[in-house]
Amino acid sequence: MRLAVVAGPPSAGKTAVVRQTVRSLRDRHRIAYLKIDVVRAFEDEELAAEFSIPTRKVCSGDLCPDHAGVMVMRDAIAWAEEEGADLLLIESAGLCLRCSPYTTQGLGVVVLSAVSGTNTPLKMAAMLALADIAVVTRIDLVSQAEKEVFRERIREVNPGLDIVETNAVQGTGMRYLLRAIEDYPEITDPDAIVLRGAPPLGVCTVCIGKTEIGWQHHFGVVRRLEGADYLFRGD
Amino acid sequence: MDPSPIREITILPGRSRSGEPERFDAISIRPGDTISIVGPTGSGKSALINDIEVFARNDTATGRTVLVNGEYPPEEFVRDPAHKPVALITQNTRCLADLTVAEFLAMHVRSRRMEDDGIVGRTIDLANEFTGEEIRPGARMTALSGGQTRSLLVADAVLVAAAPVLLLDEVENAGIFKERVIEVLRAGGKAVVFVTHDPLVSLLSARRIVMRDGAVERVIEPLDRENDALREALRLDGILRLMRERIRAGDLITGPVGA
Repeated sequence: MRLAVVAGPPSAGKTAVVRQTVRSLRDRHRIAYLKIDVVRAFEDEELAAEFSIPTRKVCSGDLCPDHAGVMVMRDAIAWAEEEGADLLLIESAGLCLRCSPYTTQGLGVVVLSAVSGTNTPLKMAAMLALADIAVVTRIDLVSQAEKEVFRERIREVNPGLDIVETNAVQGTGMRYLLRAIEDYPEITDPDAIVLRGAPPLGVCTVCIGKTEIGWQHHFGVVRRLEGADYLFRGD
Repeated sequence: MDPSPIREITILPGRSRSGEPERFDAISIRPGDTISIVGPTGSGKSALINDIEVFARNDTATGRTVLVNGEYPPEEFVRDPAHKPVALITQNTRCLADLTVAEFLAMHVRSRRMEDDGIVGRTIDLANEFTGEEIRPGARMTALSGGQTRSLLVADAVLVAAAPVLLLDEVENAGIFKERVIEVLRAGGKAVVFVTHDPLVSLLSARRIVMRDGAVERVIEPLDRENDALREALRLDGILRLMRERIRAGDLITGPVGA
């Protein structure tokens, strides 16, 4: 079985990319789909209805979605294998963009929108740095020069990143993503899969219900405003 | 930069929105060609230039295929902007890059690995030939008007992207000097494809592709049969332009204007 993890900021077009992928590959592959979101998600029902593929979803609730993803991913691989899938697509709501949900033995796909602003690639550097392929959506809305400037910004973060530009609703340009998914090596040992980078996942005093503002009330990563410009940096 | 010579781009037929095969064998675009794509709103004009822009390979909604020099284009033509032989100027008249004009152009030049100090200035100068509202290097891209943005992106496509084929989606909408644009593009030996509702732009083009229901309905090559119509369109356009200028200036137009 092959694994591809699709992540990116909200409204970047992740589900449109997944939908085109399933539409194009379902004749050749048996695909299983897991959606990891925070509060509500509907994509699992929509994709199951549209393509009759096995789907699941996890809502992380109070937990960080990437944390939730790490927790359930091994089970998800076992589930997809039981379903007889040869391709598992995991779509994760990337929220705070500190983390990168990509693992070994799976293709890392980052989705970002061409209309999201020139600095967006720099803001989501953690995700871009550890992905294999960047899918730039809504490419139909920008001109050639803007495309190239956006591409240059992505390359600033990760010069080696493969970039696919697409209008994901129409499916243009998707052939290169499909090829990358199909060419990626299969999982050899699911128990040996690890995250590509250690993200700053953590359960902090705010997460556990301490609502007071101000460092005086907290423990763990504690900083004053003075000199705090980079509060915490993961490995 | 070494743009491999583009002798010909060929569009092979796909399907209409209702699934009927298109009724043409092939449409060729060669250097120096001017082609307009016309038809009602929603007839598939933008989809046709999008097919050219992405070098469709029966993988878009229209099912068309686009060849370069009679073959599937090499992957770098499609994927590497520095080798891509076509540049599309969309209908969008907003640039979302949060940069100044000079920074934006400099970043584009850098992405092309071009060593040319004067090119940013020359691009802004050319853009200013296309618009009556002066573009300044320090202006923010997001603050440019529709006409300024369009002018700048056309000038960029000519000088920085230096693409041999330009696709212009409703260039007339943004209030830019369309005749000057066409003149510059012709002088540069570019192949230009206009999606247009403008009679003058259509008549200035050597060929006209008529769209309907998502498909190419016919391709018209008027040769010199439309010369009278073109003269008339130029005359009327001149009158309208003078009226526009005078109305903008706050004049009251009480007598005949221009030719």
